[in-house]
Amino acid sequence: MKARSKRLMLVGGGVALLVAAVALVLSAFQQNLVFFHTPSEVAEGKAPTGKTFRVGGMVEEGSIRREADGLTVSFAITDTARVIPVSYRGTLPDLFKEGKGAVVQGKLEADGTFRATEVLAKHDENYMPPEAAHAVEQAAKAAETVSQ
Amino acid sequence: MKAKFLVPLLLFFALAGFLAFGLTLNPREVPSPLIDKPAPAFSLARLDDPARPFALEEMKGQVWLLNVWASWCVACRQEHPVLVRMAQQKLVPVVGLNYKEVRGDGAINARGMALEAETALAIERAQRWLDDHGDPYVLSVLDIDGRVGIDFGVYGVPETFLIDGEGRIRYKHIGPITPESLQQVIMPKIEEVRRAG
Amino acid sequence: MIPELGHFALVLALVLALVQAIVPMIGASRNRLALMAVGRPAAQGQFFFILFSYACLTWAFIQSDFSVQLAAANSHSATPLMYKITGVWGNHEGSLLLWAMSLSLWTVAVTVFSRNLPDAFVARVLGVLGWVSTGFLSFLLVTSNPFERLLPAVPDGRDLNPLLQDPGMIIHPPLLYMGYVGFSVAFAFAIAALLSGRLDAAWARWSRPWTTVAWVFLTAGIAIGSGWAYYELGWGGWWFWDPVENASFMPWLLGTALMHSLAVTEKRGAFRSWTVLLAISAFSLSLLGTFIVRSGVITSVHAFATDPKRGLFILALLVIVIGVSLLLYAWRAPKLGGGGSFSLVSRETSLLGNNVLLSVASASVLLGTMYPLFLDALGMGKISVGPPYFESVFIPLMTPVVVLMMFGPFLRWKDDDLAKAVRKVAPAFVASVLIGLGTAYAVDHVSWRTVLGLSLAAWVVLASILLLVGRITERAGAAMGARLRSITAAWWGMWLAHLGVGVFIIGVTLVGSLEAHVDVKMQNGQHAELAGYTFTFRGVRDADGPNYDAARATIDVTRGERAIATLTPEKRLYLAQGMPMTEASIDIGPFRDVYVSLGEQIEDGSWIVSIYYKPFISWIWLGCIMMGLGGVFAAADRRYRRLAAREATVAANQRVA
Repeated sequence: MKARSKRLMLVGGGVALLVAAVALVLSAFQQNLVFFHTPSEVAEGKAPTGKTFRVGGMVEEGSIRREADGLTVSFAITDTARVIPVSYRGTLPDLFKEGKGAVVQGKLEADGTFRATEVLAKHDENYMPPEAAHAVEQAAKAAETVSQ
Repeated sequence: MKAKFLVPLLLFFALAGFLAFGLTLNPREVPSPLIDKPAPAFSLARLDDPARPFALEEMKGQVWLLNVWASWCVACRQEHPVLVRMAQQKLVPVVGLNYKEVRGDGAINARGMALEAETALAIERAQRWLDDHGDPYVLSVLDIDGRVGIDFGVYGVPETFLIDGEGRIRYKHIGPITPESLQQVIMPKIEEVRRAG
Repeated sequence: MIPELGHFALVLALVLALVQAIVPMIGASRNRLALMAVGRPAAQGQFFFILFSYACLTWAFIQSDFSVQLAAANSHSATPLMYKITGVWGNHEGSLLLWAMSLSLWTVAVTVFSRNLPDAFVARVLGVLGWVSTGFLSFLLVTSNPFERLLPAVPDGRDLNPLLQDPGMIIHPPLLYMGYVGFSVAFAFAIAALLSGRLDAAWARWSRPWTTVAWVFLTAGIAIGSGWAYYELGWGGWWFWDPVENASFMPWLLGTALMHSLAVTEKRGAFRSWTVLLAISAFSLSLLGTFIVRSGVITSVHAFATDPKRGLFILALLVIVIGVSLLLYAWRAPKLGGGGSFSLVSRETSLLGNNVLLSVASASVLLGTMYPLFLDALGMGKISVGPPYFESVFIPLMTPVVVLMMFGPFLRWKDDDLAKAVRKVAPAFVASVLIGLGTAYAVDHVSWRTVLGLSLAAWVVLASILLLVGRITERAGAAMGARLRSITAAWWGMWLAHLGVGVFIIGVTLVGSLEAHVDVKMQNGQHAELAGYTFTFRGVRDADGPNYDAARATIDVTRGERAIATLTPEKRLYLAQGMPMTEASIDIGPFRDVYVSLGEQIEDGSWIVSIYYKPFISWIWLGCIMMGLGGVFAAADRRYRRLAAREATVAANQRVA
């Protein structure tokens, strides 16, 4: 084989591989990105139904309730403006508490309940996950714009 | 210099640009929407005399700090010596907002506790903590259920609000006050507000 | 007093780092031996001062000197001694000091083991390492002084984050840092070669053992970190694609590519500019990892305190180090020239293919890690990229890597006959697919992932056997002992590490397909069933530790009539921070783990218990151990010592002449 055509094949192979890799990454992104919404956005119907996304905020005081089976937990998540009911089956993280920040991942049911498959709580005693903090800040900003 | 050998450098610069931008998005630096707005009005029981309510108006005409704290809050313990020193030097009056003393504590199950019992427990815990660590506050008020904290947009303890003579929030400090942040940020802000007022 | 001494020693170390960065470089460019000779003592002195400084900090922790802010924030008088010592690096400042110390340790290793290399080259290498060290020491001193005083002292400290109070965390960070930072040596070799214009097979041979040793450390560090996550985070996951994990995984992928690319450069002189680029990139990603972890730009479960000023400093450091290196690369690399030619069917091509695939994989991890930041920066909303993305990218990228990895060693350097090579391995390949399908049926879990994973694992194992048999029968006639002795340590290393990949794949595939999990509510005497095991709850009692209160459950595990184990998961409350923690209890076996963790207690007095059945999970770490050992063998190959001795004589002769 001539050096030239060999080089061409190597380069061609490399380009084909790169194109395939880029296509792979893009399609993986398309299918697997998890968007984040604030409770206000969810309450206003801006979040998709039937698609997995995340909601962050504070766990509403006095909202944690266990079902009779002891494993299913329902609670509400709020950005201080709107409240979203959440139901979750499984063990909760150690630092999950009422009045503290949490992020839940899951799908929105037709009845407006958020069915969480994952619950993330903050990692030290004093601060919220940034996503939850973001939701509260957004709500506070929104409240400002409305009152002006 | 062949162009293709520059590709890695250019890719890196693009990445560095995003990283630089990412730094400006630090979630703890988000300005409070309450800045330069009147502080939310409240009236809460005083820790030293629960029968007597304290209202925001009482501080009218003074530049002061509202410091959100709780005995269960670990970072508060870290900033406390700074507050005590501030009090000794009489830099600025500081009012303590004791935030969810009982129900904020992960170690206590406050559900189903009567409000009176919770208040009594909160007073006992908060007072003991101030006795142990020193009381830098002109007074502290009790935000048992955290409602005032929510009005102020508190999302982590400790937080500190700088309020001017007309009752407007002028600055919000998130996290513990350190000697550096006091010297480099908070004191200059206080001076600025005092000059303006 | 002691903390001030430590601080002062750190300042002295910075001064020596600057000396080491400047003087030998000047010496190398002016060809002055006296100036070049400054590098070694400066590096060794620097190590002494950093070590001293580190000892001072450790002293403050052990003595519970809570007038030192760092000790007050990360230690407690009741903390066990072991965790007082490890608490030194369980925080931002201390871990950076550890970073600087391991860089310095590597540099000292270079000064010791480089006696046979040309003086000018060593001078440049030490100079480059000196610059990196200068950057990190000034970062420490300017933004993150570990000896900051807290006056008046607090009566007691806040204690180390309970998650970090674990035996796995004692060795994980030092190993990981030794790996991360170890790539700085390969990086310094590459930059020195670019500066001098000497980039040949000898250069590759010098770089290889350093790269391999760093890679071994990194492999061990990542594996231990993953083991820690498995038993400490309480739900049996072993890899989370968390930004901090990715930060160590990206340099690992590129380091793997670099090791192999160096092999080609040494043997055939090819891929020179590519190898240099990989050396620069692997270290750049280590720095980027430090940036990600320390700046708080990307949030993760590893939440250290963050500070934008620090982020800005590291970013500036990053831009200078990487920017200058890549600029130098763009300027000098075109002059390097190609190496030995090779045909399309050759070991070079297979190694190149895998190199490209590993780099693409690394880039896809980088993209997945940074994408949320990109979107946020462009104001396009907040998103998170989870494990599904990484898995769907990784499986298709790694499948050809594994196939090629076992096919490459059957090919000759330079040129080979494709048909002949394929004939050699085709039966093994077909058999692997059949074994994969058969095993998937046998365990009653036929999904494409299971079949693919098991087939790949079978392929690795079968091809390894074939390779070994081929190697032994190569020299017909000789005695068996002689044949085995003729195999080099480097070859055994390659063989074992590749086989380790197969073992790793078996673990990942089977735990992914066959694991089972159930959450149950349990009271005294109640039973639960999972995967043929019966779990009987025997109640909960107090089991307080030195710095925590705990409730410990006793759960008997039986299989049929046979008692298997008694597990004792705990729920702890660490007193200083008031932080609850779940301590899982695991019965480890060669073919399965049984994993139990205690949830919370609910109103009626019963407890939530999570039970997991994890088949073959320990094979994941067994595979990592084999890869690491392979690296150890490869680095210990006699060849390096023999060649080093020969080069020493040559260099000495030249000096005399």
